[in-house]
Amino acid sequence: MSYKAKFKVWRGEGGEGRLEDFTVEVNEGEVVLDIIHRLQATQAPDLAVRWNCKAGKCGSCSMEINGKPRLGCMTRMSTFAEDETITVTPMRTFPVIKDLVTDVSYNYQKAREVPSFTPPEGVRPGEYRMQQVDVERSQEFRKCIECFMCNNVCHVIRDHEENKPAFSGPRFLMRIAELDMHPYDVADRKDSAQQDHGLGYCNITKCCTEVCPEHIKITDNALIPMKERVVDRKYDPLVWLGNKIFKRSSK
Amino acid sequence: MEIERHEYDVVVIGAGGAGLRAAIEARQQGKRTAIVCKSLFGKAHTVMAEGGAAAAMGNVNSDDNWMVHFRDTMRGGKFLNNWRMAELHAKEAPDRVWELEAWGALFDRTKDGKISQRNFGGHEYPRLAHVGDRTGLEMIRTLQQRVVALQQEDFETHGDHEAYIKVFQECTVTRLLKQDDRIAGAFGYWRESGNYVLFDAPAVVLATGGIGKSYVVTSNSWEYTGDGHALALLAGAKLINMEFIQFHPTGMVWPPSVRGILVTESVRGDGGVLRNSEGERFMFKYIPEVFKDKYATTEEEGDRWYTDQANNRRPPELLPRDEVARAINAEVKAGRGSPQGGVYLDVSTRLPAEEIKRRLPSMHHQFKELADVDITAEPMQVGPTCHYIMGGVEVDADSGAASVPGLFAAGEVSGGMHGSNRLGGNSLSDLLVFGRRAGAGAAAYVDTLAARPRPAQADVDAARAEAEAPLQRSGENPYEVHQELQRTMNDLVGIIRKADEVAEALEVVEKLKERAQLVGAAGSRVYNPGWHLALDLRNMVLVSECVARAALKREESRGGHTRDDFPGMNPEWRRKLLVCSTGDGRSIQVEERVQPPMRDDLITLFDRDELKKYLTDEEMAEFDGISK
Repeated sequence: MSYKAKFKVWRGEGGEGRLEDFTVEVNEGEVVLDIIHRLQATQAPDLAVRWNCKAGKCGSCSMEINGKPRLGCMTRMSTFAEDETITVTPMRTFPVIKDLVTDVSYNYQKAREVPSFTPPEGVRPGEYRMQQVDVERSQEFRKCIECFMCNNVCHVIRDHEENKPAFSGPRFLMRIAELDMHPYDVADRKDSAQQDHGLGYCNITKCCTEVCPEHIKITDNALIPMKERVVDRKYDPLVWLGNKIFKRSSK
Repeated sequence: MEIERHEYDVVVIGAGGAGLRAAIEARQQGKRTAIVCKSLFGKAHTVMAEGGAAAAMGNVNSDDNWMVHFRDTMRGGKFLNNWRMAELHAKEAPDRVWELEAWGALFDRTKDGKISQRNFGGHEYPRLAHVGDRTGLEMIRTLQQRVVALQQEDFETHGDHEAYIKVFQECTVTRLLKQDDRIAGAFGYWRESGNYVLFDAPAVVLATGGIGKSYVVTSNSWEYTGDGHALALLAGAKLINMEFIQFHPTGMVWPPSVRGILVTESVRGDGGVLRNSEGERFMFKYIPEVFKDKYATTEEEGDRWYTDQANNRRPPELLPRDEVARAINAEVKAGRGSPQGGVYLDVSTRLPAEEIKRRLPSMHHQFKELADVDITAEPMQVGPTCHYIMGGVEVDADSGAASVPGLFAAGEVSGGMHGSNRLGGNSLSDLLVFGRRAGAGAAAYVDTLAARPRPAQADVDAARAEAEAPLQRSGENPYEVHQELQRTMNDLVGIIRKADEVAEALEVVEKLKERAQLVGAAGSRVYNPGWHLALDLRNMVLVSECVARAALKREESRGGHTRDDFPGMNPEWRRKLLVCSTGDGRSIQVEERVQPPMRDDLITLFDRDELKKYLTDEEMAEFDGISK
């Protein structure tokens, strides 16, 4: 059942690089990451790739396979024809460190800019009571394995380095939505979603949803509802009036 | 090249559940804390934990309490556990789970809005707090986000996110450094650049997880190369219980490239059954004497238990993992296995498809994507996989302190808590309980020091030379040495062991030790996996020798150690621990040590009839004296 496949793999470091050709054995049931590992063990011991769980649970082995963002561990070789040349490149939105490994620090920076879970004062551990139906919305977003492929594919930053400071990407806009929908979170996240994290840049093309290996409906369930919440705040005359009155009376 | 240098109060090695909980504690107690981890922050092996965290909150069955959990844990470990750890664990687990909720975790709920709890092997009541079958991910994310929350606090107070807690990701520690007998720091390298880094710190918490990468068929990720075990040994600490390795009964067996990947025990907890090629639910044949009165003897009774636990006994599919793994092994050996060399695990005929997708979403996804199997319509094929090492650094139960002053350990890298076999669900709670304790222990230790120990320059130079060596020579490919080690351990020191095979393994390991010293790493120092593996080999070989030497010495079968030539449990061996150490950093010595007897108020929690199955006549006479 085994055959020889043709691979083109991006090799390089320090801003230089090129596609390198390999011919490599493929066996039944294997995934692209297996082939990368075989290259390491037999032809290119210093070929750099990130991976951990090899079961689609950790989100480490994000790469672009024939130009599409994919997890290497969840891309089966049987999805390609045997005579097809498979091209493997690093994620394009983040700077390459070496070969398939990119500098994803942008994501950790943005994670730190989202204010943390803020429970109301006086609720002690063990006293939380929530209904399953109320936690399910945020639970969907907490399935995220932080592969960062949604941020990688998002056209706002994919070829627009200049947008990175103002835009946190689908991953962290979804994190804001997750917290906003948490039954016990009391922080006000609507203004900051728009002003600090660039929710307005998103024009719901759903590229993020399409690449999500966890099949999270990022656009429909997180980004659009979050946009609606922000819009309600900004233009709803009742909310506007309420705020005015509240501010006046609290003086 | 200048070596980058950092000063901290506490350095935590490893960023899984135990490491993050330890770091959070040390920082909350005001210590400047570094977290050093081999992968990106948030990718640790804990993300793969599926079933849940065991904690006797009593949310689903109010009869549950710490004493029941303690008894289950001791039983699961065949009474070899460090009973003080089992006690602390059972008592503190609920608080640790509730604390996660206050940090933002969203567990599945009961109807009255509390944290839901599920059944698992060896646990008398539904006890595992969970989120579908991705509980480990929820835990890692919650702890990761707690670290970020603390960094945000520090930014408010000090204007620097990293003033008191900083993550050094993709950074590997290769040596612990001491001044005289005390920990003084740690030496390592950045995976990304290949540059060296020195941590000057009086306290180090090891939280590096396990050793599964010494085996071919394993559920463990590449990080599990026994780093903490080896670092502790090389620093003069002792390892206990290294012969006890848990082979999880249900790993995937097909396709070959995913062989070993875990199939959660929740499949059985939620109703899944094991069948052989003849369609027989074979587990009923394998209920051991010590568990006879606790498990159903007919399929009808076992099936009733899922809805009426008060009046029925649990099905034998939910026996502790060591029992189920041996049973599967025996069925396959007897020729009643599945075509790909496992047995069948079926949930498709037991639950409606929608219910399976809701309760076991990641299993559904995993089988569909990786094996083209729809678990709502057909059975899975499963077999044992190397999953967890019960053995590890010998620590003080209350503080996590190892015998070397300044060294602490928590989680899988520590030993004692789980005895000879760990119950499912007890590791996530172990990480939280003892992670917190080790962080607190390290913080308290730092407060007692009059002066900071300093690493000696000669030791730093030696550590650097050791790390640099593979880059400087053109030697054997490290992948080949690794593969031979994995095959050897898998075939000769696996789930069933024999004296002559283990002895043979030791001979091979001896040769691999030499070869590991001579491997070369081609290419540059920048993100070079061949070089990284060359350095990890030292740890894997050392730890494999511990496993094999202890396995050869323990002449009985208990939990995660099965000797074909000594099939029964021996009460004399129950109270004995095997302690591994190294004098020269190259060869391993193993000594026997007698465990202290269980405290009176704990031992009297058990029935006399049950203790009789485990204890010696002499110990039983003492028990009769106490219980009068």
